[in-house]
Parts: sequence; C-alpha cells; structure tokens
Amino acid sequence: MSFLRYSWLIAVKDLRAELRTKEAVNASLSFALVILLLFSFAFDPTGEQTREISGGLLWLVFAFAGALILNRSFARELSNDCLDALVASPVPGTALYLGKCLANLTLLLAVELVCLPVFGVFYNVRWTHRFWPLMLVLLLGTWGIAVVGTMFSALTINLRLRELMLPTLVYPLLIPALMAAIQLTTGLLAGQPLAGDLTNWLKLLAGFDIIFTALALGLVETVLVG
Amino acid sequence: MRLKLLYAACLIGAWLLLANLAVILLVLPDEAEQGAIYRIIFFHVPAAWSAFLGFLAAAVASVAYLIKRDLRYDAVAVSVTEVGLAFGAVNLVTGMIWGRIIWGIWWTWDARLTSMLVCWLLYAGYLMLRRAVEEPAQRAKVAAVFSIFAFADVPIVWFSIQWWRTQHPQPVMRGSGSMDPAMYKMMFANWAPLLLLFCVLVVIRLRQERIQSEIDALRREAHAR
Repeated sequence: MSFLRYSWLIAVKDLRAELRTKEAVNASLSFALVILLLFSFAFDPTGEQTREISGGLLWLVFAFAGALILNRSFARELSNDCLDALVASPVPGTALYLGKCLANLTLLLAVELVCLPVFGVFYNVRWTHRFWPLMLVLLLGTWGIAVVGTMFSALTINLRLRELMLPTLVYPLLIPALMAAIQLTTGLLAGQPLAGDLTNWLKLLAGFDIIFTALALGLVETVLVG
Repeated sequence: MRLKLLYAACLIGAWLLLANLAVILLVLPDEAEQGAIYRIIFFHVPAAWSAFLGFLAAAVASVAYLIKRDLRYDAVAVSVTEVGLAFGAVNLVTGMIWGRIIWGIWWTWDARLTSMLVCWLLYAGYLMLRRAVEEPAQRAKVAAVFSIFAFADVPIVWFSIQWWRTQHPQPVMRGSGSMDPAMYKMMFANWAPLLLLFCVLVVIRLRQERIQSEIDALRREAHAR
C-alpha cells in the first residue's frame, strides 16, 4: 500500500473512533464556548474595539480548545497497548503521524467552524465578508497547530503531567503561526482584501507550516520508534 | 588535573573581569545621552551572545545525540541549555534595569525584548520537560527533539515579531547615533571573561551530570541484588 493510503487509513480510523465516542470533540467544543463566554466579561463585548481584537480572541479560543483534542490524539492509543501495535504494524511512523495530523486537523476545523458563527452572533462581528480567504487562513493556521501539536502529543505521551506539558510546550512554539493567523483574521474580519501586508503574513504562515511539517516528518520516526 | 584547569580558568576569568571593570568604571567616560547607566551594556550584550551560543550548542548536541545515541551528548545539551538560560536571564534582567532608568518602564513589548522572552520561555520549557521523564534514554530523546524544534522556532519568532512591531510606532526609541569605538571594543573585550565563566559553569554542570549517572547506575546495581 502506498504511503498516503496508510495515512488516510489512520486518519479515518481516528475520526471514526472519535465520532463514536465524541469525547475529545465534546470537551473541546464546550471548553471553547465557555472561553468565548468568559471573554465577554473581560471587555465591553458590544464595543467597536471587539473587531480590532477579534482575530486574537478567536485564535486564543482555537489554541485552547485545540490542546484538548491534541492531548487525546496519542493518549487514546495508550490503553490496550494500541500504540505498540500501531508501531509494530507495517504502517510507517511518518504515515501514522500524518494520518493523526489529518484527523486532528478535521476535528479542530469542525470545532472552529462552530465557534465562528457563535462568535459572530455574541460579539456582533460580521465574519462572512471575506469567506474564502478566511477559510484559507483557518486551514493554514489550524494545520500549523495540528502539525506541532500532534508531534508533541506523541512526544509527551509517556510523561507525567502530560495534559499540562503539551500546552506549555506548544504555545510558545506556535507564536509565529498564531501571530500570522491573528493578523490575517483581524484584517479579513474587518473586510480588508487579501493583499499587501496580509499576503506577507499569509506567506509567513505557509512558511511556518512547511518548515514544521518537514521537521516533524523528519523526526517523528525517532520519537515513535526509538 | 581537570579540577586545576578549572581553577585556572576561574582565575583568568576573574582577572580579566577585574581588568575590564577597571577600564569600564574608571577609564571610559559617561555616555553623552544616557549617563552612567550605559555601562550595563558591557554585560547585557555579551550575556545575550553567550546565551544564543549556548542554544546553538544545545541544538548541535541534540542532533548529535539523536544520531549517536550517546548520553554524553545529552549531558552536553542540558548543561549548555541551563547555563544559556542563566545568561539569558542576565540579559533580560540587565535590560530591564536599563529600561527602567532610560525609558522609565521595566518592560516594553519591543521586538527584541519579546523574542528574547519567548526564547527564554521555550528553553525553560525544555528543562521542565526533562523533569517529567524518568528514564534517561527516553528523557534524552524527548529533550533532543524539543531542543531542535525550539532552535528552529527562534529565528521565525524573531522575524515575525520584528515584522509585527515595525508596523506599529515604537513606544520608546533607543538613543540614536553610533557607539564610540572604545566602548564598542569593550563590549567584545568583556565577552571574554563572560564566555570563560560560561565554559566553567558548563564543565561543572557536566561533572554533575556524570556523577549523577554514576549514582543512578550504582543505585540500579544495588536494587538488582
């Protein structure tokens, strides 16, 4: 079987397991909604300034909610020694990792797509001005979170305090990606076209994704196998 | 013999530092705009260089560990990271003291300050990560991968934050104008004792790591009986 086919199988397996139990998605989604609610106490939610910080708010929510999904990604394989079985199977480590990345990307995007309209309604922000560019930013930003997060999910799997360690390590690493995504989202929500400064941020975001995808694919075999 | 070399390095470092301090405090005049406080730069800047050198060495040692799987490289990586973090802290704290005097504020979210803080937090995370793993080989592997990730991240962080900040007006400006050549030279001259101190600390830390692994081995042997 080809490499991509293996990745696809792993992704489908993860998504199927998640859809049947819904434990990570439910936790992540309710957590995201709670944070969205809490933000309304931090500042005047109907004020004009909300639009200026909307990108930051959204990506903080996405990053927080993402940590819950990413934590489960490899931890799910711990019971019954599933991870050992996966590593021993003919699936290459890189394909296993890529498959899990794809599954996490899908789950994160699903949570984000629910949060966006809720955010729009609660904070009186129109988010459909630049729908497709916004989706592109969402995809690239979430891929960055998924790539780094899945890698660290694998890295921290046998650690004490795993749930705590993952966000503490991942958020500082994600700063460039989050910053680019925040700038882009704020700009697009304000109705700016995807041009000028925004294309530079888009390039930075894509560059971050490429660099860390390559680095993770190069190192994941050592992390999983030995 | 090794210990004597270490003492000798300490003595040379102390002597160099005293000689430099004499020049810094007695020979060099106050800076025209900043007054006496500018002298902090002779520690501030070399500390940053040393810290970054340490992080570079940590990345190299981490790659070497992943290739050779020799725990000695891991010991090097953790030693230089720890000492690098200490020098990074010196850089941050001296910078804050300078900022309090010149800018009137302890901290500003300027590109350099922010990226140094992010860098410092990343490597503090590295040390935290190490504490969470018991088994030495696994700890070395996990830490090495994280160190490589962190090292790849630092330039991107620096680049992106600088970019972000240049789009905003700076809250405060550094004193413009170039540095006097005598002062400029002093910055490099004072790097020598600091770098020597860096090396001595790393060697001491390496000794500790070696002794620690010996103790661990003995403990395992005792348990096996």
